[in-house]
Amino acid sequence: MPTTFRLSLLTALIGATLLTGCSKSGTDDNIVKIGSASPLTGPQAHLGKDNENGARLAVDEINAAGLTLDGKKVQIDLIAEDDQADPKAATTVAQKLVDEGIVGVIGHLNSGATIPASKIYFDAGIPQISPSATAIAYTASGFNTAYRVMTNDKQQGSALAEYAISQLGAKRIAIVDDRTAYGQGLADEFERAAKAAGADVVAREYTTDKSTDFMAILTSIKSHDPQVVFFAGMDPQAAPMIKQMKQLGVNAQFLGGDGMQTPKFIDLAGADAEGAIASNPGLPLAKMPGGEAFKQKFNARFGEIQNYSPYAYDAVYVMVEAMKRAKSSDPVKYLAELPKTDYQGVTGHIRFDSKGDLTGGAVTLYQVKAGQWQPLQTINSK
Amino acid sequence: MDILVQQLINGLVLGSVYALVALGYTMVYGILELINFAHGEVTMFGAMIALAVISALMGAGVDLPGVVIALLGLLTAIPACMLLGYGIERLAYRPLRNAPRLAPLITAIGVSIVLQNIAMLIWGRQYISFPPILPQGHHNLLGARITDVQILILITSVVLMIALTLLVKRTQLGRAMRATAQSPQLAGLMGVNANHVISLTFIIGSGIAAVAGVLVSAYYGLAHYYMGFLLGLKAFSAAVLGGIGNLAGAMLGGLLLGVIESLGAGYIGDITGGFLGSNYQDVFAFFVLIVVLIVRPSGLLGQASHDRA
Amino acid sequence: MTARKSAWLTFVALAIGLALLPFLVEAGLGRSWVRIMDLALLYVMLAVGLNIVVGYAGLLDLGYIAFYAVGAYCYALLASPHFGLHLPFWLLLPMGAALAGLFGLLLGAPTLRLRGDYLAIVTLGFGEIIRIFLNNLNAPFNLTNGPQGVNLIDPIRIAGFSLGKTHHILGFTVSSPQLYYYFFLILTLVAIFVALRLQDSRIGRAWAAIREDELAAQASGINLRNTKLLAFAMGATFGGLAGGLFAGFQGFISPESFNLMESIMILCMIVLGGMGNIPGVVLGAVMLTVLPEALRYVGDLQRSLLGHVVVAPDDLRMLMFGFALILMMLFRPAGLLPSRQRKNEFKHD
Repeated sequence: MPTTFRLSLLTALIGATLLTGCSKSGTDDNIVKIGSASPLTGPQAHLGKDNENGARLAVDEINAAGLTLDGKKVQIDLIAEDDQADPKAATTVAQKLVDEGIVGVIGHLNSGATIPASKIYFDAGIPQISPSATAIAYTASGFNTAYRVMTNDKQQGSALAEYAISQLGAKRIAIVDDRTAYGQGLADEFERAAKAAGADVVAREYTTDKSTDFMAILTSIKSHDPQVVFFAGMDPQAAPMIKQMKQLGVNAQFLGGDGMQTPKFIDLAGADAEGAIASNPGLPLAKMPGGEAFKQKFNARFGEIQNYSPYAYDAVYVMVEAMKRAKSSDPVKYLAELPKTDYQGVTGHIRFDSKGDLTGGAVTLYQVKAGQWQPLQTINSK
Repeated sequence: MDILVQQLINGLVLGSVYALVALGYTMVYGILELINFAHGEVTMFGAMIALAVISALMGAGVDLPGVVIALLGLLTAIPACMLLGYGIERLAYRPLRNAPRLAPLITAIGVSIVLQNIAMLIWGRQYISFPPILPQGHHNLLGARITDVQILILITSVVLMIALTLLVKRTQLGRAMRATAQSPQLAGLMGVNANHVISLTFIIGSGIAAVAGVLVSAYYGLAHYYMGFLLGLKAFSAAVLGGIGNLAGAMLGGLLLGVIESLGAGYIGDITGGFLGSNYQDVFAFFVLIVVLIVRPSGLLGQASHDRA
Repeated sequence: MTARKSAWLTFVALAIGLALLPFLVEAGLGRSWVRIMDLALLYVMLAVGLNIVVGYAGLLDLGYIAFYAVGAYCYALLASPHFGLHLPFWLLLPMGAALAGLFGLLLGAPTLRLRGDYLAIVTLGFGEIIRIFLNNLNAPFNLTNGPQGVNLIDPIRIAGFSLGKTHHILGFTVSSPQLYYYFFLILTLVAIFVALRLQDSRIGRAWAAIREDELAAQASGINLRNTKLLAFAMGATFGGLAGGLFAGFQGFISPESFNLMESIMILCMIVLGGMGNIPGVVLGAVMLTVLPEALRYVGDLQRSLLGHVVVAPDDLRMLMFGFALILMMLFRPAGLLPSRQRKNEFKHD
């Protein structure tokens, strides 16, 4: 090998070392580091930033109120990292957070990133609470460090199916999913529950999480004349989809999951959003003690809530409450306290089952009325 | 029957958007043999700039008809994108005119990443809604529905394509472009300033991209800093399908790709007896593309090229 | 000191350096950087493989990640709870590589007549088709588990010794990323050796001939079909091998890891480093893996220089990466370490 090559390799390494060298901050006994991992670049960056903001609001509140663990005053430091919603980047970021000495992590945003990262946290013995990952596989790995403050696909899918059949009286249902881990998981659980309840799935169509054109699949759906069109995916697809349904004259109730129960959906779909129904786990913020206050604080600091920031906010509190009970921020000690969580958060009453899933997580259905999401009813998931 | 008509309308509208973006790829390729990966991002900038103007006007409470406001947005976006296209060529491609073939491809990818992230810094990570200021009515056509915006897209595309064809076939500039595409050296000897022609090609292509960007975001009602990537990719595929470097080919390729995607998504289940569904929509589109290229290695309307590898 | 002796000395120094590197890095920068090095080695392997297709034979391939995916899924499906199979790595790695090679032939065969950008778009389509199939083959029969991906993949185990755990050897603590580093390093060096030997072989010269002028190559008796197919198959084999390693290393794979952007990144690596020249390709792969990670520290840098973060580093990271791509190409259009032949070509132009 020529010398130039070795030299360049060396320079690159030294360069990287210098760049990283200055990042090492002195470890302070009174600093407790909590990680936040979510996509901060790429198409889902707005949701990722929202999660980080939710966690940051909680951390700043706790710091302002003063946190004392075992007689020692401690300060929480939130370290936010960008996992690009990419499984590979997620493991790198997870290891990086572990290296930086975090004692717990709030994240990641999507299941695809959460699952591979959960192994790294488990190996390091660091508790992880995801505010938004819904795939069943996340807590099914058997890792005692994996928790979530969000209902899983099965809980939400069956609640939605129950609502579609018993409340909307749907016999003929069309299902569309975006072929992401989230969309497919939710759609499959919805389909299973709907079929079990005796409904007829007349069309199963697919799109992607980057599409904006659904005319072809909606035309096909229209020919099957369903009463309900269920979409499992996110708001950037849900909004143009409902618009195109109106354009094509598809006369069916539009129903979706938490991915579209956002103000952005109404903003993007405009008047066409009217009447759409979507679910979100937990109880309506307005009905929760502290919910309205959270909303105001969040709006004042970061603007509108995108979607999962209240869950990230609750996740931080759940974690810190466990530390308080354990009188320690040592992951080994407070991890033992996490299963005993019984916390009244702004998203609902948080308790975990043996896997780390929410127990009896409530699912609330909302409908767009006069340009606002209005709560319809709350279903307790099985 | 009405289902088939509806799918054809869906496909033609989608396809004419692809065609508009594909024109930019094909014009640049015809002259420089360069895949301008950043072209999709120019389209995105067109949509974003127009939206910024539109929301500024609406925010200021300007009392004008919606169409006029949209037009003002478009008329700002076009020159802005032209400037952008010109700048990209000058800064990132021209210095590499004689470099190895793949070097400008990498700068193109770099420019594409840079433009996306600049847009993210300016307009944020959010999807931005395009207000419904264009006419929202719809009409019946052979049992299917066609909306005003769809008609607008079809008409605009056809007009732009005819104008561009006339420009290339009938004008002095068009002749210079064709000459430069044939041989920059020879064209130079004939008194054609190749640099001017190349700059103008980028400027015209970017102007059309701006129109396409505005139409797309008006049609779907949203814009996002990432929207250019997929659109650019589809348009590029369309340009290759039609025979890259060939204007009529880009138009044909775009329309065909749109129709193939629509029919694919709508009928793939029936064709395969329910084994494959609309999740294989893109597989279907790529499969047709591959088959066409295997049968006609230089695209539908492309000339059998001498070694371009 | 004779030239031979000095070559030996550099070799020994390099070997010691590479052997100590993971310990120095883990102590100095943290374990995450050892993981980044592991990934860098995988990318080196991928870049060396793609270099056979693009650099040696001059066939522009934009769907290379598909072979990586084939290798990864081959390993994941046969060593995970998904089918309840747990075959050993020494069987799965060659199997994945061979299967990927077969896919290479499948892609190569119909595209022999295509050139340049037409070939690029067909390979791009091929890559997307593979990804879409992986994403959707959970029904009617659950082959790939669809978008949910395959979880709990077995780590690589050599005679009962798992690379997925921390071990204590002779008083030293060796972490899992460090073990993977050595394993990947050995395989990467083998891959580099094979690629270097190929370049100088009869086949390598035939590839160069095709790259420079297909007609002339054919006229001088080179079998175009076989030679091109061999390039696709060889390149794909490297990709398949790296894919298997990735699956074992990560423990979880899903189709979203094998998207078009990854193919483009690997292409960027070889063009940036210096197409056709192995040391250049290695450098390109290492740089493009390390650079985006190093740019994560821009925020800390701002804080230490200016006292506070002016622009959030995540807003800037990809922006700076894009600028880096442009600037490097503007100043070194033939790549950072161009092959001698290409350098000369460039001077003549």
